[in-house]
Amino acid sequence: MRAGLGAAVGLLALLPALNALPTDHALHVSDFIVSVTGKWICYAILALSLDLAWGYAGILSLGHGAFFALGGYAIGMHLMRLIGPRGAYGHPVLPDFMVFLGYTQLPWFWRGFEYFPYAALMVLLVPGALALVVGFLAFRSRITGVYLSILTQAMTYALMLAFFRNDMGFGGNNGFTDFKELLGMPLATPRARAALFYASLVALVAAFLICSVLTRTKYGRVLTAIRDAESRARFLGYDTARHKLFAFVLSAMLAGLAGALYVPQVGIINPGEFNPGNSIEAVIWVAVGGRGTLVGAVLGAFSVNALKTWLTSAAPDLWLFALGGLFVVVTLFLPRGLIGVFDRLRKGRAP
Amino acid sequence: MRRIAILLLVLLAPLAGHAQDAFEAALAGLGGGFAQQAEAAERLGMLGDPRAVPILRALSDGRLLRAGDGALLVREGDRNTFALTGAAAEISGAEPVRINNRVRAALRGALGRLSLVSPDQAERLAAAEAVFRSRAAENIPLLEAALARENVARIRERMELALAASRLAAGDEAAKRAGIAELGASASTEARAVLLESRAAAPALAAEIDAAVTAIDRRLAIRHAAETFFQGLSLGSVLLLAALGLAVTFGVMGVINMAHGEFVMLGAYTTFVMQEALRGIPALAPWSLPLSVPAAFLVAAACGAVLERGLIRHLYGRPLETLLLTFGVGMMIQQAVRLGFGAQNREVTSPPWMQGTLELAFGVTVTQNRLWILVFSLLVLGLTVAAIHLTRFGLEMRAVTQNRRIAAAMGIRTGRVDAFTFAFGSGIAGIAGVALSQIDNVSPNLGSGYIIDSFMVVVFGGVGSLAGTLVGAMSLGVVNKVLEPYAGVVLAKVFVLVAIMLFIQRRPRGLFALRGRAAEQ
Repeated sequence: MRAGLGAAVGLLALLPALNALPTDHALHVSDFIVSVTGKWICYAILALSLDLAWGYAGILSLGHGAFFALGGYAIGMHLMRLIGPRGAYGHPVLPDFMVFLGYTQLPWFWRGFEYFPYAALMVLLVPGALALVVGFLAFRSRITGVYLSILTQAMTYALMLAFFRNDMGFGGNNGFTDFKELLGMPLATPRARAALFYASLVALVAAFLICSVLTRTKYGRVLTAIRDAESRARFLGYDTARHKLFAFVLSAMLAGLAGALYVPQVGIINPGEFNPGNSIEAVIWVAVGGRGTLVGAVLGAFSVNALKTWLTSAAPDLWLFALGGLFVVVTLFLPRGLIGVFDRLRKGRAP
Repeated sequence: MRRIAILLLVLLAPLAGHAQDAFEAALAGLGGGFAQQAEAAERLGMLGDPRAVPILRALSDGRLLRAGDGALLVREGDRNTFALTGAAAEISGAEPVRINNRVRAALRGALGRLSLVSPDQAERLAAAEAVFRSRAAENIPLLEAALARENVARIRERMELALAASRLAAGDEAAKRAGIAELGASASTEARAVLLESRAAAPALAAEIDAAVTAIDRRLAIRHAAETFFQGLSLGSVLLLAALGLAVTFGVMGVINMAHGEFVMLGAYTTFVMQEALRGIPALAPWSLPLSVPAAFLVAAACGAVLERGLIRHLYGRPLETLLLTFGVGMMIQQAVRLGFGAQNREVTSPPWMQGTLELAFGVTVTQNRLWILVFSLLVLGLTVAAIHLTRFGLEMRAVTQNRRIAAAMGIRTGRVDAFTFAFGSGIAGIAGVALSQIDNVSPNLGSGYIIDSFMVVVFGGVGSLAGTLVGAMSLGVVNKVLEPYAGVVLAKVFVLVAIMLFIQRRPRGLFALRGRAAEQ
């Protein structure tokens, strides 16, 4: 298992190097493959974070798309500030949309985003703080199960509506785009693409290690106990709300990190990312891969998104049927996802 | 009695004769010299006789002819009629009556005054508006005369306002005071503007004017509050319709159905299909909307039954999986409709009795279709309550919800009851779609806009309580509309969502929490 994972990471790590080969080389990998795989790696981090909340703590969050988008917006604000006077209006400080909307000075919550460390901190802190508030309120009053899911979905929906507003100071429905550079490195170059790819891969491996260590500690075992029988865990004296809250906040931060790695790669962030449908799509990645296993979450993110990339170009009309069908098939027939299928196959072969 | 009647006759006879003579005499003047014409036009305007309108109009258009014997004729197309009697005239060699600018001015004034008594309502209303705007004291007798014969309430109101404004413009102090009092008794922003305008010109009356303005402001505030309240109720009724089905499937059965919004959408499309299908049958076409109600119920209920028996049944007791499954199903239904009907909005026309606005007291206006939907939603709520509490099916449904195994032991076929309950809830969603087709765009994602709000209503009102759903829907609707002017549409929604999240903190089981055993689960 461990060797397989190492091999998979190694193979992924090769992609940008193969991309650098001359185009007529037999092993050359196209730009498209690299950029698409880079996106999938970010999705895999999101799936991991969701699996931590859902697969291990039993919190079916329909709001992880929102944490992802918040992380994306945080890095997007940094990227916007770096554009500086190169915008279409040439204003030295204000991003284009603010000039267009008649702002005369930078809103207070934009201050500090010109510094990368500050923005990087916000990538983790903003989703984390939101998760802390929502989680604190929800877990304290023992809102569980579908109620919690709907609550988080409502949160996502409210955020989407809010970010669509022009006067929020986040670019309204156009969001942020036209980014120029990150850490002194011009975006949309092969070098930047490779760098972001490796950054995402490192983040994925790190997230995977953190989650796998965490779930093996005593804390992780209590978390699983809470997932399976919350009342029992509470009666045994564990503060279930605090345990869940920690997992939820950590998970939201990971989702924010995924969003922050995603946005520079796709070059745009807009309120559409808050669409509740995105959050629920992330849930299905985890379900398809196999919730409660970290490998399953990553596997699910890669396989569903590979299917999506292929199907949306081969038969765009069918994609939503396929996605809807995945929901049905996985919930009815594959409660443990692809990992469950592999396990069964392996057991079947064993004498 | 008889003596009085005779007395009246004696008194009135010369008056009628006099009026007749005056009209005839004035009319004859139109055929004379320019000075005489102008005087005649003015007199006709003062007389306020609607018969003068077509004649004056003919004169101003050059269609009034003078025959050799001095009789006046009106030319309409290629035939002539006598101006006085309106009888057809076969006279040749009649000459058009010529006029000059002075006469034209007199004609315009006379026609303006006469339109106050025109047989056409719209014309009278326009004239009243014009007189209100011109605000001249000399219009007072004219307005008084016009008011005396006016019997359309809406026009009377405008004329009274015009009269009050004209009185305010009079030189006489008493008339001014009367005008201020009358304007102050109205609830019109225009009257308020007129009062404020005249305040500078009449410092002696400033106190009265201020009092009148305050009175108007108070009435306007009441009207505004009433309209906001109605808009809130209207939004609430929409939420109620969308949430009622959910209150049955989620509230009573505990099955979370994320495809609920898609059933609403199917109901709206059923309305569209019914409208198109009945278009060819003239006898049924006007009834397409009422007929859509049972049709949408059946379509959505059938889909619901298939969904429950085919899929959801296997996931009882696993709500999170049910949530994902139904979300996937909703996605497929939405895509199927998008492929079948196209992604663009479909046009569903409202029947005539649902169009237009209705004016209530204080000038509060409400749109007919919203009023109908409010009534309709309460009707559907009533029927739902009746179905659950008065029918055998409802009894079995409640029995299965309370204790499935005991209900089964009593001989209730619980599987069938589940299917029927789910179909019932889905059918109500379909009915909601019929109503929503009247006020929202009929598009494949019609339903997804309501699903979150609907869940909020059910959770806020208290899961399993129809009364809670009603109160929840209406209060959310009203709060939303009250907040809107201060926060804007979107932020109002955000505030409400946040408020509900905080509310659930204090009452995790909603406004109307179930007590006892049912609450334990």
